[in-house]
Amino acid sequence: MTTLAESGTVSRFEALIAADERIEPRDEMPDAYRATLIRQIAQHAHSEIIGMQPEGNWLTRAPSLRRKAILLAKVQDEAGHGLYLYAAAETLGVTRDEMLAALHTGRQRYSSIFNYPTLTWADVGAIGWLVDGAAIVNQIPLTRCSYGPYARAMVRVCQEESFHQRQGYESLYALSCGTESQKAMAQDAVDRWWWPSLMMFGPPDTESAHSSKSTAWKIKRHSNDELRQRFVDLCVPQAEVLGLTLPDPDLRRNEQTGHYEYGEIDWDEFKAVLNGDGPCNRQRIERRTAAHAEGEWVRRAASAYQAKQTGAAR
Amino acid sequence: MTSVRALTALTRTLKPLDAYALALGDDALIASHRLSEWLTHAPDLEEEVALANIALDQLGQARHLLGYAGRSGGLTEDELAYQRTDREYRNCLLAELPNGDFAHTVLRLLFFSAYQKQLYAALGDSPDGELAAFAKKASVEVDYHYEYAVSWTLRLGDGTEESHDRASAALAELWPYTAELFAQDDLVSELAAEGLVPDPEQIQGPWMEQVTDVLAEATLGTAPSGSWRPGGGRAGIHTEALSYLLGEMQSVHRAHPGATW
Amino acid sequence: MIGKNEGFELWEVFVRARRGLSHQHVGSLHAPDAEVALRRARDLYTRRGEGVSIWVVPSGAVSASDPGEKEPYFTPARDKDYRYPTYYELPKEVRGL
Repeated sequence: MTTLAESGTVSRFEALIAADERIEPRDEMPDAYRATLIRQIAQHAHSEIIGMQPEGNWLTRAPSLRRKAILLAKVQDEAGHGLYLYAAAETLGVTRDEMLAALHTGRQRYSSIFNYPTLTWADVGAIGWLVDGAAIVNQIPLTRCSYGPYARAMVRVCQEESFHQRQGYESLYALSCGTESQKAMAQDAVDRWWWPSLMMFGPPDTESAHSSKSTAWKIKRHSNDELRQRFVDLCVPQAEVLGLTLPDPDLRRNEQTGHYEYGEIDWDEFKAVLNGDGPCNRQRIERRTAAHAEGEWVRRAASAYQAKQTGAAR
Repeated sequence: MTSVRALTALTRTLKPLDAYALALGDDALIASHRLSEWLTHAPDLEEEVALANIALDQLGQARHLLGYAGRSGGLTEDELAYQRTDREYRNCLLAELPNGDFAHTVLRLLFFSAYQKQLYAALGDSPDGELAAFAKKASVEVDYHYEYAVSWTLRLGDGTEESHDRASAALAELWPYTAELFAQDDLVSELAAEGLVPDPEQIQGPWMEQVTDVLAEATLGTAPSGSWRPGGGRAGIHTEALSYLLGEMQSVHRAHPGATW
Repeated sequence: MIGKNEGFELWEVFVRARRGLSHQHVGSLHAPDAEVALRRARDLYTRRGEGVSIWVVPSGAVSASDPGEKEPYFTPARDKDYRYPTYYELPKEVRGL
């Protein structure tokens, strides 16, 4: 790792980190800090953009006009979040084109949760409650990340994300209080999305190789298991209010710790999905690359028009 | 709960102004639906946000108009949207045509938003207080939609050769459908004669002026000639596309009769 | 050229939230020209009524361009309640949302 420490004095970068101050784009920073952040922010942005697809899948079939409007606003927000994050990453010297190319070729990834299919309308509610819920647990600490532009983008994202989770929960609640077929649909969706949501927090702490630098640089402020536990503890009572069960026979409250113990996560499934063999990996990327390719003539037209205008102005 | 059969009878006996509002609401609802189909494959990430914004505005207008239209008969916006068949929908054909490429969407929006711009500006003077208030608010939105459409029409028409060709093709396909926007029928004539709604013939002139200016500036030439003027949407005679659109749109709602969401 | 995206420049966006406040930097976006940049900035950064005025500046310039203050342009309607968390009716007992 490149260190800026010279003849025993602490570098400005290290001093800022130690004082819990923000690093801003023009500050000196270790190459590895820059590279880690570019990767993390870009992958976060990619997740937002890819995440539009599973929910966007039900946009044309939303069963009421109110739900249609809500879902449209949510998917729109996700595009917006992706854009805020690409903008934050660009302050580190990478371009949007470079990041999109990395996504399309698989060099950079996105959250594996979005490689699962949305099979029913209830999946939209389940994603709002569980996936956005998990994202919020992950994201709130990022509002205090050491890199200024990322932290500020996360503040904006978190403010908008809170409606995302509430709309999902409200939708599931309506289903679970509704007809027999609606309630069954809701339970089925929760059964399919619970375990993948737990996997969103990443591998168990015992297996996480990369954390130490991220922790030292105050990019990552809590461990995977810590955040996963926080999420479970929030969800269990929420599921009870919904009147739906979570598909884990080993879920029980530990009276001493006050936390909910949960069963074994299938880490083989997690690895398979991460490596490209989830149900929707290929489809998600194909959709993205096709959209980008189909849009090329439009982007070129806008550039050509602008060139003509500046040419004519001379 | 109102069954579909009863719904048919009710919509047939809507009061004239309610039937009028329903047609405008259907325009907005179907237009919004077509725009929403672009999400996750718009030409640019920034356009995802922009198209969703317009779709949301249009959806808001639709909800307002459907609510207004259904009120005296005790019909909700969802009953109207999800339980009518395509023969009971009153939108213009322009709104329901399947999406083509981005040029198709831009030109469709140009014609449609220019129409709504003229229509809502005039409707803002209606003696019906609720419609007038709605139209004033919606005018702010459609002004923005129109600006967006003009901006892209110029960039596509006067961009590259490819974008120009695509825009020309879209113009040729869509132009015949614009006539229906200003078609007279008994319902509109009667309401216009009473001064409740704008006379279509009076908004056609300004509309034509606006769009021909934009087309000229976009180097797309003058409007295509030809006498084919497809219509019938206001009477529930649609293209084959609407049935597929509604089949998809109404599918979940219809799969759970009596459910609330 | 800083951050070019297939010919689209990178623009910095400044938003004045309310009359009386100064413009604050809120982020950046890509656009082929200023007109599109302003519109994109409006769509991206003021969906929840967070602004009355927007400036966009090519990132390479790092100086203020002419303010594009057009009142009706930047008054997106606040009637889209569903964007706000308070709009949702959740059961009273639920926590953590």
